[in-house]
Amino acid sequence: MTAPRKRLSTATLVLLPFWAVVIAAYIGTMLWTVQISFTASKLLPVDDYVGFAQYERLFSSTRWIVSMQNAVIFGVLFITGALVLGFLLAVVLDQRVRFENTLRTIFLYPYAMSFIVTGLIWQWLMNPGLGIQKTVRDWGFESFSFAWAVDRDMALYALVLAGLWQASGLVMALMLAGLRGVDEEIWKASRIDGIPAWRVYLFVVVPMLRPLIVTAVVLLSISVVKAFDLVVALTNGGPGISSDMPAKFVMDNLFTRQNIGLATAAATVMLITVAAVLVPWIYAEYFRKTRKGAAA
Amino acid sequence: MSLETARPRGPHGESAALAFRATEPGRAAGSAAAHERSPTRGRKPRHLTIGRIGLYGFVAIAAAFFILPAVVMILTSLKTMPEIREGSIFALPESFDLTAWIKAWSSACTGLDCDGIRVGFWNSVLITVPSTILSIAAGATLGYALSFWRVKGADILFAVLLLGAFLPYQIFLYPMVRAFSMVGLYNTLFCIVIVHVIFGLPIMTLIFRNFYAGLPVELFNAARVDGGGFFRIFWNVMLPMSTPILIVAAILQITNIWNDFILGLVFAGRENLPMTVQLNNVVNSTYGEREYNLNMAATILTAAVPLLVYFVSGRWFVRGIAAGAVKG
Repeated sequence: MTAPRKRLSTATLVLLPFWAVVIAAYIGTMLWTVQISFTASKLLPVDDYVGFAQYERLFSSTRWIVSMQNAVIFGVLFITGALVLGFLLAVVLDQRVRFENTLRTIFLYPYAMSFIVTGLIWQWLMNPGLGIQKTVRDWGFESFSFAWAVDRDMALYALVLAGLWQASGLVMALMLAGLRGVDEEIWKASRIDGIPAWRVYLFVVVPMLRPLIVTAVVLLSISVVKAFDLVVALTNGGPGISSDMPAKFVMDNLFTRQNIGLATAAATVMLITVAAVLVPWIYAEYFRKTRKGAAA
Repeated sequence: MSLETARPRGPHGESAALAFRATEPGRAAGSAAAHERSPTRGRKPRHLTIGRIGLYGFVAIAAAFFILPAVVMILTSLKTMPEIREGSIFALPESFDLTAWIKAWSSACTGLDCDGIRVGFWNSVLITVPSTILSIAAGATLGYALSFWRVKGADILFAVLLLGAFLPYQIFLYPMVRAFSMVGLYNTLFCIVIVHVIFGLPIMTLIFRNFYAGLPVELFNAARVDGGGFFRIFWNVMLPMSTPILIVAAILQITNIWNDFILGLVFAGRENLPMTVQLNNVVNSTYGEREYNLNMAATILTAAVPLLVYFVSGRWFVRGIAAGAVKG
């Protein structure tokens, strides 16, 4: 009976530093952030507890409300857009088009680039004086407008467009992998029954790809919640606060406005929102199924 | 079964996480056969139909949408400023002018310093190399431990890590800054590397756990019977079979860490700012006349490393995306 005990202890010891990291860096910092949010901290954390005062301040702040609305609009448009565009691209590539490899490379390469690079490229394309707008106007379309990043009403959609350009390839790659796994018998059967290909895709293939679609939605949602880099590079939240996002609100209040009580309250609201969606998903995805591979 | 005979199973292990590739030849053969019978309906008709023309139309528009920004970026970087002001954004440069590139690399200004984007490049190299190696080592060890060794509470550890992968950085950042300042490490190279390892741990653990969970348990049991301990089995049995997942992990981490902005901005300190942060400073905080050709050259230079990884790695890059996504 000595062998199993020794085996247990080696693995347990190896896990100890990881426990330390998880407890200190993930759980500890999270609790600390929540704790600060109940204090009157400005530049440095203080122990002056003020209950929910920071949260009241937060939800009476126009900038925060606009940020939240923007995150929802951006999230819905970006995720639906990337799913639809990515799926269409995958279906097109699945039709045996010529230059399939080249096309796949073209559709996916923006995903290799950072959101900073993406934002700066689109900032240049949307440059009001020298960008695409000027060129198209010189062609004779005087009313053409593409200076979205500096337009109060369009800045948020500029972020959506740049985001779609960067991330649709991800959905395409995931979906294409799924389409290649669809049984050829299904296609044969549908041909014999005379069902048009688009209906097969919509009503047979899409339900089959459900796990991949869920994965894509999760991956895209993470970029929505983390949307900071793209905003900083493309619009910097402007004009005014028209394209502000929660992540940027927190960062500004933490590091430039010395308002850490308010910032941590905002971060806590972000945490609760994300956790409310995530916990059921992680449970369903990873722990409900019987685990395989773990030896006694 | 001895350790030696166990090893040749390696190539099969790969298919556990990356199975989709293997299905392609089969599908191609199947649909080719199906085509003999129905040339006009289905997935690949032989002659040009209206649908086929529409299909290629869509492909052309989509390809233009994805490729044009890169083309404009390259064209702009090769022009002179007067050319940019007068001509169309899509116009070809009059001459092949690399001045903007040289300036971007060696004398672009961020605030008072005018040493070019190369400063950020070397900082990013110094950050990316150790961060990638350490986070892969940590993730592989933990993923292996979670897959094969039954340790109390391991499920909870993994659950917290997974949750951590999805939470916004904003919830962790400030206390981390305070903690690093207390021990005097804030704004150092060591600090940013540690932070990258911490935040890289969830995804690295996940992909290694998924990979090892796809390996046959008998392999591990045989090694146990032969008297292998935790590290010996890891080093002699598991790692030699892990090449595919190590490549995938390296691609993921090099790209993620090189492309990081927020962590570098917060933790690296003025002396170690990564290339993405420096690039944003060059482009978004210039005073006076903006040099768009220089900005675009600097942007291409910053994107060059992950793009090189992408073009060289080819299908492996896609596997990286899938590896993080496939469940174990």
